[in-house]
Amino acid sequence: MDWMKIGSALMLLMMIVYLWPRAKQMMKESPKGSSEDWKAVIIPLLAVVGFVILLVMMV
Amino acid sequence: MNQTAVSTISASALSTNKLIRNTYMLLSMTLLFSALTATASVAFNMPPITYLLSLGGAMLLIWMVLPRTANSSAGLGVVFAITGLMGFGLGPILTQYLALPNGGQLIATAFGGTGIIFLSLSTYALTTRKDFSFMGGFLMTGMMVILIAALANIFLAMPLISLVISSVVIMLMSGFILYDTSRMVNGTESNYIHMTVSLYLSLFNIFISLLQILGAFAGNRD
Repeated sequence: MDWMKIGSALMLLMMIVYLWPRAKQMMKESPKGSSEDWKAVIIPLLAVVGFVILLVMMV
Repeated sequence: MNQTAVSTISASALSTNKLIRNTYMLLSMTLLFSALTATASVAFNMPPITYLLSLGGAMLLIWMVLPRTANSSAGLGVVFAITGLMGFGLGPILTQYLALPNGGQLIATAFGGTGIIFLSLSTYALTTRKDFSFMGGFLMTGMMVILIAALANIFLAMPLISLVISSVVIMLMSGFILYDTSRMVNGTESNYIHMTVSLYLSLFNIFISLLQILGAFAGNRD
């Protein structure tokens, strides 16, 4: 295994260790969204998916 | 509504507008600086390890230095150091893509696509003024899953998993743009240096992931 892979793995591991406490806190403290709230997120995200597919077809 | 309430609301609206203006101004300057360092990195033909070292350096600055300097003018220098390093780290990746027959077109498409995604989502969050704070837990969970999947894929080296990770990263970062913009609009965040770094990271990740997806599909077609 080359040391680029080892370096990348170490960096990702560091990110996981660093972000884990913050992620846990955010998971606990985040307010719950209603179905209306999620609809307001899903629509633009689906538009992003459509746009990426369009870009893939263009290249 | 009495006069005190009216003046409190208008003061809050003013500070929100100032935060948004400062964030976008700093973001555009850092993007320009990042593009300059990326160009320099391509011109010097930097080796692939540059990507890892630059990103590692930028992460250390974000974790260790930024929290201590974000409320002072030194924070501005730190933001430019972070974005400059990340731009410099992009050099070896761009060099690899530029070696492809349609590499220039792929980079331009990924760059333009990232810009359109960012502008559309920011406009959506700014005009609807919706509160997307409920997405925080979901986005962080997604982030942890993706980091673990990316770690596993370093050893598995499966191209399909790599493509799935890139696609999910684009979705997650799009979610983060909505989440961060709503934090500015709704006054949850008041520091434009934090906001700039947060939005820059979303843009950076969307660009890299989009480039990888476009490269994979264009490569298959060739």
